[in-house]
Amino acid sequence: MNSYLWFVGKRTLQMLAVIFCGISATFLVTHLSPIDPVEQVLGRLSARANLSPEAIASTRAALSEMYGTGQPILAQYFSFWTRLLRGDLGPSLMAFPTPAMTLVLRAMPWTLGLLVSATLITFVVGNLLGALAGYNQNNRFFKIFGIVAMGIQPIPYYVVAFILLIIFGFLWPVLPISGGFAMDVTPGWNWPYISSVLQHAILPGASVVLVGFGGWFIGMRALVSNIVNDDYVTYAELAGVKKSTIVGGYVIRNAVVPQLTALAMALGGVFSGTVITEQVFNYPGLGSLLIDAVNAGDYALVLAVSTVSITAVAVAIFIVDLLHPLLDPRVRTE
Amino acid sequence: MFAVFRDLIRYNIEFAIGMVLVSIIVVFSALSYFSPVDTTLIYMTIPDQPPSPQFWFGTNSRGQDMFWQLSAAFKNSLIFGITVAVLSRIISIAVGLTAGYVGGWVDRVLMFINDIFVSVPIFPILVLFYFVLRSNMDSLTLALIMAAFGWPFDARLIRSVALGLKHREFTRHAVFAGMNTRKVLLEEHLPYVMPIVFATFMNNMLWSIGLEVTLAVLGFTNINQPTIGTVLYWANSHSAMVVGTWWWIVIPVILIVMTFLGLFLLAVSMNEYIDPRSRLRRMGA
Repeated sequence: MNSYLWFVGKRTLQMLAVIFCGISATFLVTHLSPIDPVEQVLGRLSARANLSPEAIASTRAALSEMYGTGQPILAQYFSFWTRLLRGDLGPSLMAFPTPAMTLVLRAMPWTLGLLVSATLITFVVGNLLGALAGYNQNNRFFKIFGIVAMGIQPIPYYVVAFILLIIFGFLWPVLPISGGFAMDVTPGWNWPYISSVLQHAILPGASVVLVGFGGWFIGMRALVSNIVNDDYVTYAELAGVKKSTIVGGYVIRNAVVPQLTALAMALGGVFSGTVITEQVFNYPGLGSLLIDAVNAGDYALVLAVSTVSITAVAVAIFIVDLLHPLLDPRVRTE
Repeated sequence: MFAVFRDLIRYNIEFAIGMVLVSIIVVFSALSYFSPVDTTLIYMTIPDQPPSPQFWFGTNSRGQDMFWQLSAAFKNSLIFGITVAVLSRIISIAVGLTAGYVGGWVDRVLMFINDIFVSVPIFPILVLFYFVLRSNMDSLTLALIMAAFGWPFDARLIRSVALGLKHREFTRHAVFAGMNTRKVLLEEHLPYVMPIVFATFMNNMLWSIGLEVTLAVLGFTNINQPTIGTVLYWANSHSAMVVGTWWWIVIPVILIVMTFLGLFLLAVSMNEYIDPRSRLRRMGA
């Protein structure tokens, strides 16, 4: 138990370091930017209204207080952290004066739902099929399946999403290709809304699953095909242990440990993939928000999306890491 | 070297297929050095022509001959991928060999940094850079940024090999013979990790070209320079599928799939070749 606490402590420290470095990088990159958010808002405001010079001056003062600009960079860095810990990154420019954080929190459930469900499906199905393929190496079905998985796996997210869009948008239009839910349903806990949400999630989810799943399949097949030649598996087979027990209890149990590490490492990439998928299918999540914010030059919103996504990915990796000792007792006793 | 190559082609169908696909793409992109048109210019020929003997891959709505356009695009993307791969390989070799050989607190610090780089999601960071640099974001800048993020996976891999090399006889001999650390790493250990470096080279190219496609498709790079991603960007912004200029989308997508599949098969077969267990199984021994 003590060593498990030690393990958790080490991982926590690492997670905090990742979040700290990532967010500091975000801050540095944006503050080297020639874009001054205050002048941008002012430009937009004065384009619509007839403002007196005094009004402009006081608006400028109020805005630089809101965004925390106009100080030396070190002071800005500290105030950035204190504001961040309070969850306040200034108002969004796109939807002025809604706080950027509110927009991010509104988009968050969509991305989270899509990402978590697609990743789980990909990981479980890919590894299960991969293990079976590695165990039954001469099965023709799995051989063909392996070739197909190999063919799809290296293609970039965007291209796969785009091919799905062409097939289901132009050639055989049966699934909704855009948005998070249909326009004519009221959000809430009613069946038309939920079914609409699920229907709209099929294509974006499918594109994430299609790209990710081949990697797990191929990796697991390679791992299992090495494990089946190990002595303990041969021994279990000779001892007449049931096949399902061998595969489930011995082979998969051992092979899934490195796969779990790989999952933790792949999460950042999976997140990038969902960003693209959301853009292609116009899904109302963080990805679409980030891209809209960049195109609108919305400084606060870009910062908010990046910090939240960096934190979220780090926390997700942390959670996967914590599962590790539960599956592999050797990590606990280290 | 040649014998290795012959064995790979004879015993490894994946390597042969990958080799053919990549060769086709390389020859195709090398053709762009003989391109009769400047591919950055628009309205140089009749727009919206379907594929024909005169225009093999058709022409797009911007009045560009798609054959030369795609040739230049693949050349630029391949060069981009190679640049990122070379730069990030240098970092990963340096970090991996040092961490594995020196060990102790140097190893712990380097691997701590390594783990941080592995976990930071790169896409938001790249978008941030575009947000700051805007139109100053050219291929070289992008390549530098991506190289700075593309090394940690492989550094860990190289470290694990270097850890094993550290306690071998020849390392001790080299140290007793008076070689300094730098020399031991470069002259004694580097040859052992080269196979890994080659195999991860392909994977890294896949990763970087894939990300470039993603960024360019969203319009987050210099969209006037032809690359695989910008070709798709322009096709999208002219709604090629809706208008009916299908060749503008379909031909690039086929070529992209060929490139990625080819590089992937090369990487997989090399990985398998490095692992003697799977090599023997394939040769039927």
